[in-house]
Amino acid sequence: MARQPIGEILLKADNISLSFGGVKALSNISFDVREHELAAIIGPNGAGKSSMLNVINGFYHPQQGQITFKGQTRSRMKVHQAAVQGIARTFQNIALFKGMSVLDNLMTGRNLKMHSTMLEQAVYWGRARREELEHRGKVEEIIDFLNLESVRKTPVGRLPYGIQKRVELGRALAAEPSLLLLDEPMAGMNLEEKEDMCRFVLDVNEEFGTTIVLIEHDMAVVMDISDRVTVLDYGRLLAVGTPDEVRNNQEVIDAYLGVASD
Amino acid sequence: MSQDLMFLIETVISGLMAGVMYSLVALGFVLIFKASGVFNFAQGVMCLFAALTLVGLMETFGLPGWAAVILTIGVMAGVAWVIEWAVLRHLVNQDPIILFMATIGLAYVLEGVGDLVWGSDVKVLDLGIPQGAWDWGLDNLNLYVEKLEIVAAVTAGLLVTVLAIFFQKTRVGRALRAVADDHQAALSVGISLRSIWVIVWTVAGIVALVAGVMWGSKSGVQFSLSLIALKALPVLILGGFTSVPGAIIGGLIIGVGEKVAEVYVGPFVGGAIENWFAYMLALAFLLFRPQGLFGEKIIERV
Repeated sequence: MARQPIGEILLKADNISLSFGGVKALSNISFDVREHELAAIIGPNGAGKSSMLNVINGFYHPQQGQITFKGQTRSRMKVHQAAVQGIARTFQNIALFKGMSVLDNLMTGRNLKMHSTMLEQAVYWGRARREELEHRGKVEEIIDFLNLESVRKTPVGRLPYGIQKRVELGRALAAEPSLLLLDEPMAGMNLEEKEDMCRFVLDVNEEFGTTIVLIEHDMAVVMDISDRVTVLDYGRLLAVGTPDEVRNNQEVIDAYLGVASD
Repeated sequence: MSQDLMFLIETVISGLMAGVMYSLVALGFVLIFKASGVFNFAQGVMCLFAALTLVGLMETFGLPGWAAVILTIGVMAGVAWVIEWAVLRHLVNQDPIILFMATIGLAYVLEGVGDLVWGSDVKVLDLGIPQGAWDWGLDNLNLYVEKLEIVAAVTAGLLVTVLAIFFQKTRVGRALRAVADDHQAALSVGISLRSIWVIVWTVAGIVALVAGVMWGSKSGVQFSLSLIALKALPVLILGGFTSVPGAIIGGLIIGVGEKVAEVYVGPFVGGAIENWFAYMLALAFLLFRPQGLFGEKIIERV
């Protein structure tokens, strides 16, 4: 299937500033993400990448600035609202439900798509049962897509790191998000796992047309797969552009390689 | 059948029945532990509070039993809501030990409120649950079993079936387990922590009510009712803190073990085994199988 063309602006961050006590995590950051785009945020450790993601997803509330998502502007948003609006994410340190099976973990991703009431569920009858089966079908498709068939029933705590990362991606996908936030999906992986994960990220973008914002500090990976790159350093916006533009940007080179003081 | 064998069967059955009563209490702990990873110190007091409210409503307002039960369920839901609003909401993402400390405080508050509203004298709870021996069993099998215990066993069976299905097969059940595992991740998939907490504390309140009714019918509603929580502890250690079936099996094992040990080993050591047997068993489990019989094994990757 051909990739869907990049469309309108889906997410727009305006002058976001965030600080913890006296520490400025983000200062005056503005950038946007377009529909069906695969955007990356890069930067050295402590540059504010994760903070940016947490702002988009509602875990952090910026002191200044606002986020516009699907045309709706807000400066404070709760995580729950973000999920309702179609933002799903993965975490830098895997945050899976360790005691639950892969299948159940993915089913939690469908949480907001299920509507039966408490009472119906308590007796597990009628709509509750129908819904369960219907969503189970959708989840099986994702399991298929991510090659997780062999571990469907395994509690995720028992799976190797690389597979857990994949399950986490699966849980986010299960929500059929319009914006998918990936916090260092390749961190701590070996080369083979990294390549697999890259493939999956690209496939998600191509097959489902999902807009993706990806954080990564492995430059090579990012440059290969993203359409546009936003570079942060010490909470400041250093550069925005295509991978080629960013690669040749002097400030970026300085930030990554260090500048000789004169 | 020989006299001895008959006696053993009777001992085992009476143990099983006592075990069901322990299981009912343990169940409430498991629910809250599963959904928030917190050991709820206030569970025993919740049993007392629920039973007190039930009796109070019946005595003070002369309500019929069924109406009082429905109202009490409403009160427990209200209590759950208040607990979420006043305590849990402010402790999101805190260590389990902090939440545990909060439940200790909660226990004292609930106990105080119960005393204040309904008084501290011993009350008789009569919901019309049949009392006395099970005649048919006594006549035909020569078995002595209390009717109340049979009712308790059937109720516990029903409760467990419903809860097991609820936890394993439904969205809310899965959300409860998800919240127990990871608050942040649960939030990110759109699970609302607040409503989950209210739901789980309400369900725990209902289970506390059932346990309170059974124990209250047996020995009156009074402060000591809240101490049955102590008996639930070894049950939890045996069955595993996270397993609903575990709470039941753990309760049964402890009930039977206690009675059998008392009858057959007791005479050699001067009796009163019933008082400490459960705790010894729990200690052994802590040494050799800390996750209990059915608990989720905690796997830590290093």
